Amino acid sequence: MSQPTEPQLPKDEIPESLVRRRMIKSFGWFALAAAVPVGVYEWITHSVGAQGIKRPFRKVLEANEQVARTYFSDNHLVRTFPVEQATKKARINGYDGLKSPIPEDWKLQIDRKDNQPLMLTVDDVKALPKHEIVYEFKCIEGWSQVQHWGGARLSDFLEKYKLGTRSGNAPNPDNTNDLFNYVGMETPDKGYYVGIDMESALHPQTLLAYELNGQPLNAPHGAPLRLIIPVKYGVKNLKRIGRIFFADEKPRDFWAERGYDYYVGL
Amino acid sequence: MKRIVHKHPLAIRWFHWINFPVLFVMIWSGLLIYWAYDPYKIQIGDYTLISFFPDGFYKALNVPRRLAEGMAWHWVFMWLFILNGILYVGYTFISGEWRHLVPDRNSFREAIQVTLYDFGLRKTQPPFIKYNGAQKIAYFLIMLMGIGSVLTGFAIYKPTQLSWLTTLLGGYEAARLEHFVLTVGYVLFFFIHVWQVIRAGWQNFQSMVTGFEVLKPNDPDRPLMGKPTDNQPVEPSEPIDAPVQTVNPSIRPTLS
Repeated sequence: MSQPTEPQLPKDEIPESLVRRRMIKSFGWFALAAAVPVGVYEWITHSVGAQGIKRPFRKVLEANEQVARTYFSDNHLVRTFPVEQATKKARINGYDGLKSPIPEDWKLQIDRKDNQPLMLTVDDVKALPKHEIVYEFKCIEGWSQVQHWGGARLSDFLEKYKLGTRSGNAPNPDNTNDLFNYVGMETPDKGYYVGIDMESALHPQTLLAYELNGQPLNAPHGAPLRLIIPVKYGVKNLKRIGRIFFADEKPRDFWAERGYDYYVGL
Repeated sequence: MKRIVHKHPLAIRWFHWINFPVLFVMIWSGLLIYWAYDPYKIQIGDYTLISFFPDGFYKALNVPRRLAEGMAWHWVFMWLFILNGILYVGYTFISGEWRHLVPDRNSFREAIQVTLYDFGLRKTQPPFIKYNGAQKIAYFLIMLMGIGSVLTGFAIYKPTQLSWLTTLLGGYEAARLEHFVLTVGYVLFFFIHVWQVIRAGWQNFQSMVTGFEVLKPNDPDRPLMGKPTDNQPVEPSEPIDAPVQTVNPSIRPTLS
């Protein structure tokens, strides 16, 4: 194999005074340029806050979301695993929204624009086709775990009850103008709440889950009904859903208010 | 009159010095993120050799409980890191600068000689034009590592949308470990790099700012001139460029 010959470096002969002048000029620019990162740091750290982080960060995270939404697709599925690989002991990482007992008269409340709220039971959700998923649940902290969940597709649920649209028809992914931008969910005590963009909510792997490892959910895992949304970090997988609503403005979001990215799409 | 050699093109100096604060922000914010789940350690049997990282280390650097902040910095400055890296690689290709950087078949032998010289086990260092073999390998490797960090980073950032990439890299957990190992690599590189720059002296350092080095006619440590050939005896006391200067100082050496 012939080697590319490395060229010699160009050389010059210049007066000593010119050498000195060039050095001073270069170091002057260097010092000036070094002030830029200092200025950027000062500018960021002295910016006003926007939901737990500085405004410039929030703006870029929102721009990142716009970028991510251009390549988000229902055809991009989270990798699934054989059921044997699912952990027997799924990790519990938070109790926000679960600090009181499950209300005895629990019903899933779905707000509708021109109608009375829809009040449903777990059996209503179980009446929909059941889907199981074994996938790597990913926490925003960095850990992940292969878990086995069962429930109804949120998209099936929205279709059955004609939810999430301005017209009151079943959502049609081809008619995005009719869809609300966001789905909001909160726990019965409103201690935990999330907002989810409609595309992610309609993703075929997004479930209203009522089973973990083939067993009904227990309270710490979000009984009686929770959200499993593999295209998001765990923080969006709201447990013990009390109320679902639809909005064009971003619904409030528990962790986004504490400085995290709102979108957290995987 | 002074003889100078134009060592670092302006673009390269910009890319280098932009990369410095940007990579610093990426490593520091990465540490804020890593803290939230920090399982890595080097273990021999049951004995933990190195834990990444001990509590005292986090406390000393004020790392704990800053995950959200770390993610914000990381997901903002990653774009600058990527952009600067693309421009750097693109520039080295277009300008031909890559010829100084890509190791060739001699580089590995040369790198061993350089290393021996660095540790005082060899009297002379082999001749080189811009970078010696060890430098070529190190700088080329660090460029590949940069690409690796971007790829493993995106594999963690969008493991569903880019699941092909995550799978290619061995899965989500593997990609996170790879991303971390590469970062440890940067930190090791940084310490060696700074140590070498200090050893190489002021002339070498300032050339990363000014772009040029003033040549001393009798500097055995910088055998920059002349075409190095394998059979050429390396004589530290005899400057390779001396004939050119003594015969006629006004003649510029031809550039090959």
